[in-house]
Amino acid sequence: MPITENQSADTVLSIRDLNIALPKGADRALAVEDVSYEVKRGEIMCVVGESGSGKSMAANAVMGLLPKGVNATHGEILFEGQDLLALTEKQHRALRGLKIGMIFQEPMTALNPLMRVGAQIAEVFEAHGQFNPKERQARALELLIEVGIPQPEKAIRAYPFELSGGQRQRVMIAMALALEPILLIADEPTTALDVTTQAQILELIRDLQQRRGMSVMFITHDFGVVAEIANRVCVMRHGKIVELGDAKSVLENPQDAYTQALIAAIPSNAVPPHRETSQVAPLLEIKQLNKVFRSRGGWLKPAREVRALEDVSLTLARGETVGIVGESGSGKSTLGRCVVRLEHPDSGELLLDGVNLSQLKGDALRRERHRVQMIFQDPYASLNPRTKVGMAIAQGPIANGTPKAAALKQAGELLDMVGLGASAVERFPHEFSGGQRQRIGIARALALNPELIVADEAVSALDVSIQAQVLELLEELKQRLSLSLLFITHDLRVAAHICDRIVVMQHGRIVEQGSAEQIFLAPREAYTQDLLKAIPGREAPVAATA
Amino acid sequence: MSFFARFAQNRGALVGLIILLLIITMAILAPLLFPESPWRMVQRPFLPPLSQDGFPLGTDTMGRNVASGLMHGAWVSLLIGLVSTSVALLIGVPLGAIAGYYGGIIDDVLMRFTEFFQTIPNFALAIVLVAIMQPSITSIVLAIAIVSWPPVARLVRAEFMSLRNREYVEAARLVGQSNTTIILRQILPNTLSPIIVLASLMVATAILLESALSFLGLGDPNVMSWGYMIGAARTVIRQAWWLSFFPGVAILLTVLALNLVGEGLDDALNPKLSRER
Repeated sequence: MPITENQSADTVLSIRDLNIALPKGADRALAVEDVSYEVKRGEIMCVVGESGSGKSMAANAVMGLLPKGVNATHGEILFEGQDLLALTEKQHRALRGLKIGMIFQEPMTALNPLMRVGAQIAEVFEAHGQFNPKERQARALELLIEVGIPQPEKAIRAYPFELSGGQRQRVMIAMALALEPILLIADEPTTALDVTTQAQILELIRDLQQRRGMSVMFITHDFGVVAEIANRVCVMRHGKIVELGDAKSVLENPQDAYTQALIAAIPSNAVPPHRETSQVAPLLEIKQLNKVFRSRGGWLKPAREVRALEDVSLTLARGETVGIVGESGSGKSTLGRCVVRLEHPDSGELLLDGVNLSQLKGDALRRERHRVQMIFQDPYASLNPRTKVGMAIAQGPIANGTPKAAALKQAGELLDMVGLGASAVERFPHEFSGGQRQRIGIARALALNPELIVADEAVSALDVSIQAQVLELLEELKQRLSLSLLFITHDLRVAAHICDRIVVMQHGRIVEQGSAEQIFLAPREAYTQDLLKAIPGREAPVAATA
Repeated sequence: MSFFARFAQNRGALVGLIILLLIITMAILAPLLFPESPWRMVQRPFLPPLSQDGFPLGTDTMGRNVASGLMHGAWVSLLIGLVSTSVALLIGVPLGAIAGYYGGIIDDVLMRFTEFFQTIPNFALAIVLVAIMQPSITSIVLAIAIVSWPPVARLVRAEFMSLRNREYVEAARLVGQSNTTIILRQILPNTLSPIIVLASLMVATAILLESALSFLGLGDPNVMSWGYMIGAARTVIRQAWWLSFFPGVAILLTVLALNLVGEGLDDALNPKLSRER
């Protein structure tokens, strides 16, 4: 039985028995099957699901923005008494913006890069024929003030690239709210943002929703965000609703096994367990590392300097996992890339077992490369689409002198070890899912028996349940092969899950470092405390315990 | 699935391959079917097609057999198209790859060198080169190759620049692969699609360039080519349409066939497409 609700008077949007068909050849026939839910006046309804669950499809149908070849085949979407599925494109257009506003995941691509922010907001009024140009600018300014952009008089004249990610998302929200819609659809609006920015945007959305009495349909994959913002939750899987109800009751007492698994898969909010820190000689010693990126100046523009790393020093013991945590632009990725020597540090030392890697070049560097390997962020970009998986793993050993047949055999064993089976050797990367590809990436990193592995946001692109599996695999391999890991992440929850020690970075400097336990329980620096506070779904910061 | 089976899944490619094979057969059979030189005057001029036995496509302004010219010309046109394109690729691909992969000063030097060729109008340069070297098949092929490699270098450089920072290339660098291996194994295979498409168009342009050179009297005086036939017939196009029509159709079919084959090769080489179908 599909889960349904009774319609009441204060319902803004009501979706009933909706079926949306995918084109032939897709992985399933229906993107959304028998979906019914409602958004009531003045509530925030969260639609949660992993990628491919069809959570965005219903929202797209509401906006009349279904992709080509995808059609609603059954059911109705009632908004103010009319069925949105029966509207013509022209009628739909009149509704969009005016009655229903939408914000997207990636504010940079959702904004026109060549138009000033103010003009883009004014365009919303223009599209619906409201006000004269001067009033539009005035309204745009009011909106920018309302969404809390710093220096709104300046921001209205800015181009999107001049604003930060959070500010761009605020502009998107201002555009969506311009015509005072009754319903706001937010499709993963905070996924591309840093934790602290995410916390601010969530607060803004909640605040605006209460002030204006809007209804919000909030689509997300993150249960932490749900806990922060939702009144009610609808959990979707494979195009079907598996659970629907009050946010509190779903979160605290999930009925469906899938929901339980999803909530359990969130890297725990709980304080990381105490781990024994080994007191052996450090494997990796980073001393006073500096890296400055310079962009060449042109005729009229001055040269720019970005200090990505400033006097960074840290150590990593053999068999230890150190997490580097920070927001985007904190220099954490640059640090990782310097350690594997994809970047050349300007000054400082990188001692791996006493050998200074920082100044090696050419062939000397190539001979030492196998000692430090990397797991990359994007499972889709990190494998050559034209190279078979076995070869992708074997090419490292081959480049270091192992005969081809032996290297391929070892690749099969490694694939077995990461849980894909040796038969994967003969297949191409595109035949695997994101999580499987990440396992291939891990196998490739292991192929050279490295002493240290740098994992750069290795699980950020994955769904929570897959994320949990990959983290588990890493943990298991770490135990079995006594690996040392430098784990770079923006997600403190993930760091807490896997790291022995955590290093917090901001603006290219190390703000604080300590054991995972100490960072979580007794953060010394204000910035670390802010980061911890911003974790969605986390209770008030735990007071330091003895 | 074998390479050919994947190639054959693209119907158009199969048609292209058949046309191309027919043209090659024509070129091979030419000396057997028309043992006489295509330059010899064998009948009265301006004989329309199908008006007399032995002259299915008629005769030209000088009374030469058009059918014979067409078949003998196939050989020269194909040879010039394919060889000059290969030579242009041999110059353009390595230059573009090195410039795009290494960047910096190497890129600057190589691109200034490329621009030096690009600033001179193609055709003017080709004329000068052929005139200096004396018209012969070799000099024509070389001239065409020299004027047509810069776009290849540009294209390959752009592809390399966008691919060199992909994560899989970085991963290859990390495991200690040498620059040569990375260029040949990691990046080059991923630039094949645009190169193949460009190359099939270049063969077509080369055939046309040769026509233009022949038209100006800079063709190899010893061999008949389609370009020469069109050029010679241009002045009488209203009286004797067949003189330019048949070689024109031959060029059109060859270029079309090459494009279709190029597309099919691209599909067959692309592992993603080939398994999804």
